[in-house]
Amino acid sequence: MVLRLLAVLPFIGILLGVPFVNRVEPLVLGMPLVLAWIVLWVILSAIIMAIVYRFDPVNRTGARSTEEARS
Amino acid sequence: MSSALLIIAAVTLVALWLGVRARRGHDMNLEQWSVGGRSFGTAFVFLLMAGEIYTTFTFLGGSGFAYGKGAAAYYILSYGTLAYILSYWMLPPIWRYAKAHRLVSQPHFLASKYASPSLGVLVAIVDVVALVPYLVLQFKGLGIIVTTASYGAISPTAAIWIGAIVVTAYVTISGVRGSAWNSVMKDTMILAVVIFLGLYLPIHFYGGFSSMFHAIDSAKPGFLTFPAKGSSVTWFQSTVLLTALGFFMWPHTFGSIYTARDERIFRRNAAVLPLYQLILLFVFFVGFAATLKVPGLKGSNIDLSLFHLSLQTFDPWFIGVIGAAGVLTALVPGSMILNAAATLLANDVYRGGVARQAADSTVTQLARVLVPIIALVAVFFTLRGGETIVALLLMGYSFVTQLFPAIVTSLATRNWVTKQGAFAGIVAGVAVVAYTTLTHASIGQWFPSLPEKLKDLNIGLVALALNIVVLVVVSAVTQPRAAGHSHARTL
Repeated sequence: MVLRLLAVLPFIGILLGVPFVNRVEPLVLGMPLVLAWIVLWVILSAIIMAIVYRFDPVNRTGARSTEEARS
Repeated sequence: MSSALLIIAAVTLVALWLGVRARRGHDMNLEQWSVGGRSFGTAFVFLLMAGEIYTTFTFLGGSGFAYGKGAAAYYILSYGTLAYILSYWMLPPIWRYAKAHRLVSQPHFLASKYASPSLGVLVAIVDVVALVPYLVLQFKGLGIIVTTASYGAISPTAAIWIGAIVVTAYVTISGVRGSAWNSVMKDTMILAVVIFLGLYLPIHFYGGFSSMFHAIDSAKPGFLTFPAKGSSVTWFQSTVLLTALGFFMWPHTFGSIYTARDERIFRRNAAVLPLYQLILLFVFFVGFAATLKVPGLKGSNIDLSLFHLSLQTFDPWFIGVIGAAGVLTALVPGSMILNAAATLLANDVYRGGVARQAADSTVTQLARVLVPIIALVAVFFTLRGGETIVALLLMGYSFVTQLFPAIVTSLATRNWVTKQGAFAGIVAGVAVVAYTTLTHASIGQWFPSLPEKLKDLNIGLVALALNIVVLVVVSAVTQPRAAGHSHARTL
């Protein structure tokens, strides 16, 4: 449940947060603030989902898939 | 014949050859042709899924939109990320069901879940309608690349025909397997080209990113932030939401879910693929660099900005390299889209709706015949022109996202939604989108007294809201009589 709540954060950050950072200055890593805000949330999403993957019990069970498909 | 064109032609031939080669050693029956026999591992599914999103849209459309519209382009960076988060929970149950029921397509999924063949046919039709603008934008991109690389020797019309013929040939030669290999080549090239252009052009013309953005902000104040009207914050929020929900609703993307070996792949990808979105930044940088250096491109010509800036800056051979990457970004997804549309019509509309007993071989043959026909229809629309690449994709999204409610609710253990509800909801949403697209209407025109903020809402999202309302109401009315606690009111 906590994991799902974590996953909601990027939705809030991007959809609801943007109106509050709709500015050019200050530039962050050379980018307008509003763009940098979105980039930040893209990176945070990856981190959050990595955490979710790591702690989700459903990923601990089950056989490891071994062979790669031959093509 | 310019060296640019030679390089592009060479790469295209390699792509076609890889397509033929990938096909050998496999028996191409219907299931193979459309779903690759379900034996792909993590790396391939990753490439296939990532490869699909890197289309002409990203390359030319993204830079064009940044050039022409400024901040509105930021939506492109946002929706994929949110879609991947959803995918963590949404895709594994779809995969499990598809595997258990040996499904081959998206309409098949809904027809099975709701025990309604006509729902399957409806979904297939909506899918094909949505795919047309998506295919058109690929052809448009190909046309731009071929014309530009020929330094004007090949006319835009001829270029579009050439592009369409190449894509058609490619699809006819191989199915999904060919695409996986070319996806590798395409993604490697596009990554290299886009990162290089995105770094080099701003530094070359402005000295750095900060200076570039400062220069743009001075010359065009407000361009880099969301304006109060038009592509405003409300537009951004509604468009991101629409496209995030619709991301996996595309029939070919949905279909690629079935090719995974293991459902954990989706959960792993959910963490990795958002990072892949960051490549889009480089695409934006090119568009922004072009803003002050390539003046005067308006309307649907904003899609030319990347190439016009490159023509100013590089030698023909490098234009060839850029063009080759661009051709692949149109060829690989374009072929998937064409493949998907043909299979949908042959398997899900013809066999699903009209000729239930048709044999696999008939359906496969029909699909092959439909490929050039659908390509022709797309060429017709491409030649008519007029829309930017991004506008075309958003049009497709408005249609395809209407499938989201029915699909997502069907994943619940006890689905309250009935087949009539699903059917009616989809029809309602699609009708709204079709009407507004054909009449070029917008919310602002229908409800002039609405507050400014709400007028910018993406029409596809409004249609989705109506879709859900209709779905709920109709489902309530059509609940099966055996239901214990009935909230349905008889009317």
